[in-house]
Amino acid sequence: MSQTLGALARFANPAELIEAAKKIRDAGYKKFDCHSPFPIHGMDDAMGMKRSPLGYIVGGMTLTGATIGMTLQYWVAAVEYPLIISGKPFFSWQAFIIVTFALFVLFGAFGAVLGMFHLNRLPRLHHPVFYSDKFAKVTDDAFYVSIEAEDEQFDEDKIQKFLSSIGGTDIELLAGE
Amino acid sequence: MSILNKHPQRDSAATEAIGSEELLVTGGHSFSTLTDKVSGIVETQAPPKWYLLFAMAVSGMMVLLGAIGWLVWEGTGVWGLNNPVGWGWAIVNFVFWVGIGHAGTLISAILFLLRQQWRTAINRFAEAMTIFAVICALVFPGIHVGRIWLAYYMFPVPNQMLIWPNFRSPLLWDIFAVGTYFTVSTLFWYVGLIPDLATLRDRATNVRKKVLGFFAMGWRGGNRQWQHYEKAYLMLAGLATPLVLSVHSVVATDFATSMVPGWHTTIFPPYFVAGAVFSGFGMVMTLAIIARKIYGLEDIITVNHLEKMNKIILVTGSMVGYAYMTEFFIAWYSGNEYEFFAFINRALGPYAWAYWIMFLCNVITPQIFWFKKLRRSIPVMFVASIFVNIGMWFERFVITVTSLSRDYLPSSWDYYSPSIWDILTFVGSFGLFFTFFLLFLRFLPMVALSEVKGVMPEADPHHYHLKEGKNGGAK
Repeated sequence: MSQTLGALARFANPAELIEAAKKIRDAGYKKFDCHSPFPIHGMDDAMGMKRSPLGYIVGGMTLTGATIGMTLQYWVAAVEYPLIISGKPFFSWQAFIIVTFALFVLFGAFGAVLGMFHLNRLPRLHHPVFYSDKFAKVTDDAFYVSIEAEDEQFDEDKIQKFLSSIGGTDIELLAGE
Repeated sequence: MSILNKHPQRDSAATEAIGSEELLVTGGHSFSTLTDKVSGIVETQAPPKWYLLFAMAVSGMMVLLGAIGWLVWEGTGVWGLNNPVGWGWAIVNFVFWVGIGHAGTLISAILFLLRQQWRTAINRFAEAMTIFAVICALVFPGIHVGRIWLAYYMFPVPNQMLIWPNFRSPLLWDIFAVGTYFTVSTLFWYVGLIPDLATLRDRATNVRKKVLGFFAMGWRGGNRQWQHYEKAYLMLAGLATPLVLSVHSVVATDFATSMVPGWHTTIFPPYFVAGAVFSGFGMVMTLAIIARKIYGLEDIITVNHLEKMNKIILVTGSMVGYAYMTEFFIAWYSGNEYEFFAFINRALGPYAWAYWIMFLCNVITPQIFWFKKLRRSIPVMFVASIFVNIGMWFERFVITVTSLSRDYLPSSWDYYSPSIWDILTFVGSFGLFFTFFLLFLRFLPMVALSEVKGVMPEADPHHYHLKEGKNGGAK
């Protein structure tokens, strides 16, 4: 048995989980998370979380993609390989909108997916919560709260009492092997 | 939801009182039984029918590979192409498969933005269908060049000839549009799969757990993850929505920008998009009816879901019918004799048989869905969905072949018939499609579990507050 990495508590349903989140937030904990099989409406506010910055990442990526698309076509059609086709100007930007748009979407989509992985710090195949055997139910029908030991307020003795006082069951301390 | 609040004790009696109309998942499922039901499909031995179908599909794929092999060996002369019909079944099949691919993204992106919660039951396998249909579609532009080792000319890469593609050509737009569509659809599908792969991971052991765990990326279902996840899903839906509408519009410009009577019309892009959604829903319907029967998913993909899809088939089918009539009207109204001839020739000329198959399947068939009884009858909708698939293939055939075979000079007219290799390639592409699709059914959850759970009444925190005060909520 080595050091304690965090604590887990189970709650009965989404409503209880939201109430628990509010109480943990009000108690001043920062490094905690509420685990559920699906996203729960209102949980972001209950946990006191900020808005996801993902939109800025996607916005930046879409503009990058569009710029690359138009520049590529300009360079090919007007600089590297200028050919007169149907009497059109070399830089016939109207015809280049489609490919520009396609790359706008393509880069944006990669921004959304890779940006989400980055913000979620995924892939991360190993995490203290996986030390619990019961935690596996969280992807089925269980609702859990986890508080990390790194949290400033985390106290091994008090945490169990606290989690139980807010209605948690199956409370356990997470410890690595 | 308001009705549910009046019946917070959702036992079986209350379910009946509410009426099955209101619930997306029937049969009194809890989160847990739902997980068991959907995960169980991939965790247990496949039904014998699966092996039979898979053997047939792989045989079909072998036929495709053989037909492509012969094409590469011998050249495009093995196909029934002639002069003037230089675009035959290859483009017909390409447009057919790309069109089918449109339903998946429509369901996953557009219906998501429109908050149509019923989409959750069907979006996973509609998206899978999209990806596999686009793979089938991409085979055709790849092989139709004949000398497939030169296919890289289609991409803007430096090459030994020092030449570059022409970005003013719709055929090049197609490469980018369809390529982007395939990539974005795959990303969307994978993001949707992550929580469900985690569900499978947590039920598995040993090697299976490790493999699933790798692809689930360590998903923990924490709200700090869900927040970014939901945002990413919304962003992808927002990006995919204009994309799905643009892809078939671009395919339509392949035709519309050329000076061929019957093709050179501005109605093509919207008309192609409507047709694509129509054919895609036809295919989703065919597959959904078979899959829910074989795997017993009647509680998740209910008759209500199927009825809603039938309504979309009715709407888009009627739009397609309207487009057929508008084309005729404009051909006459324009006063252009070549254009008018092209349409008279479609309906009364040597390909009239194909035109009327198309018309009956696409315009008349969906009209039966005006009647609620027929809209909710499984045998009726199954037959109708097959008709839609047939009709939409013929639409592309009619557009491509009738216009090319009768262009401006009667001296260059010729009748086109496919060769055996055209037919084998097309039949084989179904083998490729079903091989992928059956593998998907076997190894991945075919229903988006986390999304279906999220639209169940039990997922709403307010569902519990009204139920009893002791949950710490309504105190």
